[in-house]
Amino acid sequence: MNVVGHSPPPFFKRGPAPLAQLAFFSTLSVLCLVADLRFHTLEWLRLGVATAALPLQKLAYLPVETGDDFSKYLTRLSVLQEENDELHRRQLSTAAQILRQQHLEDENKRLRALLDMKERQPVSGQVAEILYAARDPFARRVIIDRGMQSNIEPGQVVIDDIGVIGQVTRAFPLTAEVTLLTDKNQAIPVQVQRNGLRAVLAGAGAGTLELRFLASNAEVQQGDILVTSGLDGVYLPGLPVAKVAKVDRNNDFAFARIICEPIAGIEKHGDVLVLAPRTGLPPQPEDPEQVSDKPGKGRRVKKMSR
Amino acid sequence: MQATHTSRRILLPVRQWFILFSLAFALLLNMIPLGRFPGMPDWVALVLTFWCIHQPLKVGMGSAFVLGILMDVADGSVMGQHAFAYVLLAFAAAGLSRRILWFPLTYQAIHVVPMLLGVQVLMTVVRMMAGGAFPGILWFVSSFTSGLIWYPLTFLLLLPQYRPVERDENRPI
Repeated sequence: MNVVGHSPPPFFKRGPAPLAQLAFFSTLSVLCLVADLRFHTLEWLRLGVATAALPLQKLAYLPVETGDDFSKYLTRLSVLQEENDELHRRQLSTAAQILRQQHLEDENKRLRALLDMKERQPVSGQVAEILYAARDPFARRVIIDRGMQSNIEPGQVVIDDIGVIGQVTRAFPLTAEVTLLTDKNQAIPVQVQRNGLRAVLAGAGAGTLELRFLASNAEVQQGDILVTSGLDGVYLPGLPVAKVAKVDRNNDFAFARIICEPIAGIEKHGDVLVLAPRTGLPPQPEDPEQVSDKPGKGRRVKKMSR
Repeated sequence: MQATHTSRRILLPVRQWFILFSLAFALLLNMIPLGRFPGMPDWVALVLTFWCIHQPLKVGMGSAFVLGILMDVADGSVMGQHAFAYVLLAFAAAGLSRRILWFPLTYQAIHVVPMLLGVQVLMTVVRMMAGGAFPGILWFVSSFTSGLIWYPLTFLLLLPQYRPVERDENRPI
């Protein structure tokens, strides 16, 4: 109703009806959810927004960084001296091993050449620092201070000085997101160091891990050390992962309930090593049906780890 | 526009840039990595609820969706998780705005807490369906701390709109 020269004041301009808006935006969000959870197609959007929000992220990290620096500044001299002594002692105790390591590696290479076996990949990696734990309370992830600029890619293995702590799952320009082993969606193929039994270790939340799909009479004892088996082509074989804390054999269930504790300081912050991706792997077999028709636990484990 | 419908004080009109600034500042507060400190309010949800109640014509489900996507990226959570929850929050807050503003601030807080708790429950349901871990009961405390700071938050965010009780032409403010 436009009288000449007068338009009604915009009192009643509310846009589309609230229910229509609700339907539109909630459908859009659910589409986003499905696209991200099921098809993983929204990583470009995440990367774009994360790159654009980089200054804001830096600004938000500033107070935490300043607090850290301040507490470091206040660290007492005696504490530092003690730590220094301890490090000296540890270096001396491992010196013999390190000195012999070169010799052993040379010898190993010669022997492998004699036996005509493939050479093992030398371990290389980049040192990174864990900045903070990601805010998402439903997953166990941390952010490290190396990203695409340092050629970090999703899938790389992250270890600390004692064992595996997780795997890089997302790389941003200056940071990367590491999913810890204790995350519920993280699985790692392992073998028992004592007898070479292969299995899949998955996160169980609350700082523990669970050895899955092992028969209730499987030969696992409390105190066994689990190391990576290297079957998946991602983890190098032989890295320490976890220690068996409790074995619960209940005959009512087909599988034993085996709770493990991580060896590495997974929930602690500090420096970590991001290992370079594995190269020179043999090609994967073409058809999984042809590999073996025998039903059994070995096949099941292999299927899981692929 | 008054602070509540029962109050006698007439407020100045809100400035667009102040709404934008408060939402950006809330986003910044949310991005500060404080670890898993229980009871830390979700600032974005809180400020968004405030503006949806006080300015339902200016802040609505569109802003909620954009903020939700930003929070999803900042948190590293599933895309759409925060967006979905915030859109529903904005719908509820805008719908209840005409009712809530009749109440004094304490009663307003009692209205706000269930809405924020609903956001957390919704996100938990979505993530548990996607195979995430239960975050623990302490995580839900943050809705109640948000309720506690509703009073100071209302004061702070309405501060630029107050005009002096006694007008004096010679005084700048």
